[in-house]
Amino acid sequence: MPDTVKDTEVAISVSNVSKSFKLPHEKLTSIKGLLINTFRRGSKSTYDIQQVLDDVSFEVKQGEFFGIVGRNGSGKSTMLKLLAGIYTQDSGGIDIHGSLTPFIELGVGFNQELTGRENVFLNGSLLGFSRAEMLAMYDDIVLFSELERFMDQKLKNYSSGMQVRLAFSIAIKAQSDILLIDEVLAVGDAAFQKKCYDYFMKLKREKKTVILVTHDMSAVRLYCDSAIMIDKGKIVQSGKIERVAQAYQRLFNDEIAETVSGEPDDQKRWGTGKVRAKKVDVKVTAENIKITANYTCVKAVDAPVFGFNVYSPRGMNLLEGNTIREKVETKPLKPGENVTITWQFPNVLASDTYNISVSTCDLGIHEFYDWLNEAATFIVPKDGSTAAFIDPPLQVGKITYS
Amino acid sequence: MRQYFSKQNRALLSELVRTDFKLRYQGSVLGYAWSLLRPLLLFGVLYVIFAVVLRTGTEIPHFPVYLLLGLIIWTFFTDMTQQSLGSIVGRGDLIRKIRIPRWIIVFSSSISALISLVLNMVIVMIAMIINHVDIMSTVAYLPLILVEVYVFGLGISLFLAAAFVKYRDITYIWEVLLQVGFYATPILYSMSNIPLRYQKFQILNPMAQAIQDARYALVSHDPHVITIFRIFNGGWYMLIPFAIVLVALLWGIYYFKKESRFFAENI
Repeated sequence: MPDTVKDTEVAISVSNVSKSFKLPHEKLTSIKGLLINTFRRGSKSTYDIQQVLDDVSFEVKQGEFFGIVGRNGSGKSTMLKLLAGIYTQDSGGIDIHGSLTPFIELGVGFNQELTGRENVFLNGSLLGFSRAEMLAMYDDIVLFSELERFMDQKLKNYSSGMQVRLAFSIAIKAQSDILLIDEVLAVGDAAFQKKCYDYFMKLKREKKTVILVTHDMSAVRLYCDSAIMIDKGKIVQSGKIERVAQAYQRLFNDEIAETVSGEPDDQKRWGTGKVRAKKVDVKVTAENIKITANYTCVKAVDAPVFGFNVYSPRGMNLLEGNTIREKVETKPLKPGENVTITWQFPNVLASDTYNISVSTCDLGIHEFYDWLNEAATFIVPKDGSTAAFIDPPLQVGKITYS
Repeated sequence: MRQYFSKQNRALLSELVRTDFKLRYQGSVLGYAWSLLRPLLLFGVLYVIFAVVLRTGTEIPHFPVYLLLGLIIWTFFTDMTQQSLGSIVGRGDLIRKIRIPRWIIVFSSSISALISLVLNMVIVMIAMIINHVDIMSTVAYLPLILVEVYVFGLGISLFLAAAFVKYRDITYIWEVLLQVGFYATPILYSMSNIPLRYQKFQILNPMAQAIQDARYALVSHDPHVITIFRIFNGGWYMLIPFAIVLVALLWGIYYFKKESRFFAENI
């Protein structure tokens, strides 16, 4: 019968799921609080109910790459945790056909005090592998992570990028029918992100069922077969990727001239520190993008060079500019002196989220005083979508037929 | 039952216990030796105070072994419950980010305590050799008695670990209760100095009953080694401690099961 065939094609069926959290006005974590509260009961409720998901229903088919998008706090991660079985819903049903990865994040249970090797086995056991199975694929995992030399060092001596690489190498060994992935794309360097995307492509080719929770619309457009958008606990758009992606970007349209500023974070910078970038502001309008960078001089320097780069969400260097190329002369700086430099270029970028780095160096470009990655992030909200990087105004000439 | 001890769960359990042991004595010079030294040093202090200075237990044959055995069983119980109490909250990162059977975390803490107990029993054996204690046929009961203590401890551990997620006072309350229990249980002193009507109450505590039975089984059948069988002469009152153990286990399982669905959001 056609009906039963259709049923087996469904991998996940979510029907009328609601989930709320109790938010106590004062967190009730002591017996005293419990006692006081018992006496007060009936007078007034001491907690707010936050409805995180409200009557959500959707279906994921076998072999589908399914996206869940939404703003921070929209309830999309709660949905993923319900699917993973970490949370329990208040009402409604979740039916899952096939095995499901139990984790929603990379490197769960990693312990900084253990060596890389020990962590591989610990993490593997959490994914349901026995020690014998882990021994069999250990070499494979290490090879993929490219961390052979570090396996006997404690994890606390790893850089965060190395930790992610190790975690990812283990996670891709998980043998389940349905995979849950929450924003892995946001971490790691460009080379690692490429590995992630290759892995996604492999999953797509193998027709695995994947649930991807993300902010990254370009990833949704590239991989997902269908998607839902959750806002304020409800599904506001579902089905075709293009419709969902546009709905997501419309959320930000109200904020067309949004300004995002970055407070510099020391982990993301390198250089000799003679001049330091302080504050970077970006102003996005429909026509132009204006970057304002502030620097402070720490040690006296001769005429410095200032520059910036704009990166795509996947770390591609899209645009760069500096004072040498623009043939702008700068003055020598004395300690304590502040410099503000403004860059402006036409807003040709496609609708997406971008990253800026700013830098300063000497005239010969031998000594970098400061290079600050992720100095600021900005969103370009535009109507209409494209899978391309740039989206400048286009004129179509006269079409001639002959 | 088989699903609880599936291949995955066993692998996870052994890995958690392994990690626990690796981390416990990390950075200490003597390492694992501490799990033996700690009860031994405690024993030394208590032995000097109670057996040498205060001269208690003189009527009991092999009093040092008698004292050591009681102390080690009590240490097992306190270690297990205290380690388990914080285990769920301590592993909050796992609870929030991965679906694994929650009870495995408490179970792994209890297994760690069980391993320490086995090591400590080696010390008891050495003490028995030094003290010329003869092995009696009743030694066969010892494993059963230890299983009773383990089951009692597991029930309480499940309850404490789940309650601690919601009420952080539990840790202080339990510390005080253990302190009270330490003196309410005949660990340092001989029960034979206590009037019979109080003995009857005291022995209903499963820990008192188990420790006295273990001493009877392993150390001496001397009439001063008072057991629940001797107090009630085989009456049905004897079953009360076992009933308490059973209730503790069932209550622990029930409460843990009920609360575990909400661990991820309550931690």
